[in-house]
Amino acid sequence: MQHLTEEETARVNRIRKQRNYVVGGLLVAFVVLVFFISIAKMS
Amino acid sequence: MTAATTFPISADWRDFFALTKPRVMSLVIFTGACGLFAAPVHIHPVLAFTAILCIAIGAGGAAALNQWWEADIDAGMKRTAKRPLPSGRMDPTSARDFGVGISAGAVLLMGLAISWLAAAILAVSILYYAVVYTIWLKPRTPQNIVIGGGAGAFPPLIGWVAATGHVTAMPIALFAIIFFWTPPHFWALALFVQSDYAKVGIPMMPVVAGEAATRRQILAYSLILLPLSLVPWWIGGAGAIYGVSAAVLGIAFLALGSRVGLRRRDGADDRMKPEKQLFAFSIIYLFALFAALVADRFAAHLGVLG
Repeated sequence: MQHLTEEETARVNRIRKQRNYVVGGLLVAFVVLVFFISIAKMS
Repeated sequence: MTAATTFPISADWRDFFALTKPRVMSLVIFTGACGLFAAPVHIHPVLAFTAILCIAIGAGGAAALNQWWEADIDAGMKRTAKRPLPSGRMDPTSARDFGVGISAGAVLLMGLAISWLAAAILAVSILYYAVVYTIWLKPRTPQNIVIGGGAGAFPPLIGWVAATGHVTAMPIALFAIIFFWTPPHFWALALFVQSDYAKVGIPMMPVVAGEAATRRQILAYSLILLPLSLVPWWIGGAGAIYGVSAAVLGIAFLALGSRVGLRRRDGADDRMKPEKQLFAFSIIYLFALFAALVADRFAAHLGVLG
């Protein structure tokens, strides 16, 4: 494992945080979609 | 090698989004939605949205796999060198896993929520683009664009099947229209960017068969496209709005195609204006043709024009 400078570590952390937000948001959207699909299939 | 390539995690979500070729996806979403809304059945809006979402995600997954496989080719072309993989912002394994993951997710969601026939056709379209076209035929034959056209022709077929649950002559006609539209569209582009393709060794028609042969084939496909675009009207799948639109658009396409097909490059200073016009019009053509198809369906639904 290579050593990262402080600046690089900060950048990696920022990217990781952004990715987590996006993946989290997509998961919430997916759950909402599945909920509405279930209602649509029942109607 | 840039500093970015040494990070253990350097691709942010925008790079993953770019991997899905969003601009190509917009045409896929449009034609898929048109296939779905042109079908003579009612589909619940949530299910319609889900079907279009699955088509879009499937296309994005296939595009990601395409970029994963072609990273070295993309690196050699000015137009594609800044993509996430050739620029070193993303490692190939992440791109491959992302492509496989979202493709599988799209097929599963389509199967579970809409129909397994639509899911099967979506899976075939992804495999066709990522394996048959990208890996197998694109680097081997100058007919790569003709074959690749099949991948782009799937969305309206999938949209129609998602709405109706079965394959009929109408969605096959829509498939055929995009299939025969693709060669003149891409070869017009290839005529004015051919030096880039030649540099990376992709056997595009103008590079391998020469410019004259490419121009003849553009004319041939434009000629086929005109009667083919009238088939939906002829078989009764669409009405007068579509029929008139298809005839007018097809004649305009043929006029531009003929201009490209019958001319020769006027020296090294030729700015290739007719080729650029054909390429630009071909995009408008497809949008307008499919918009007319949906307008025709809504007019029939509202009782306008019979």
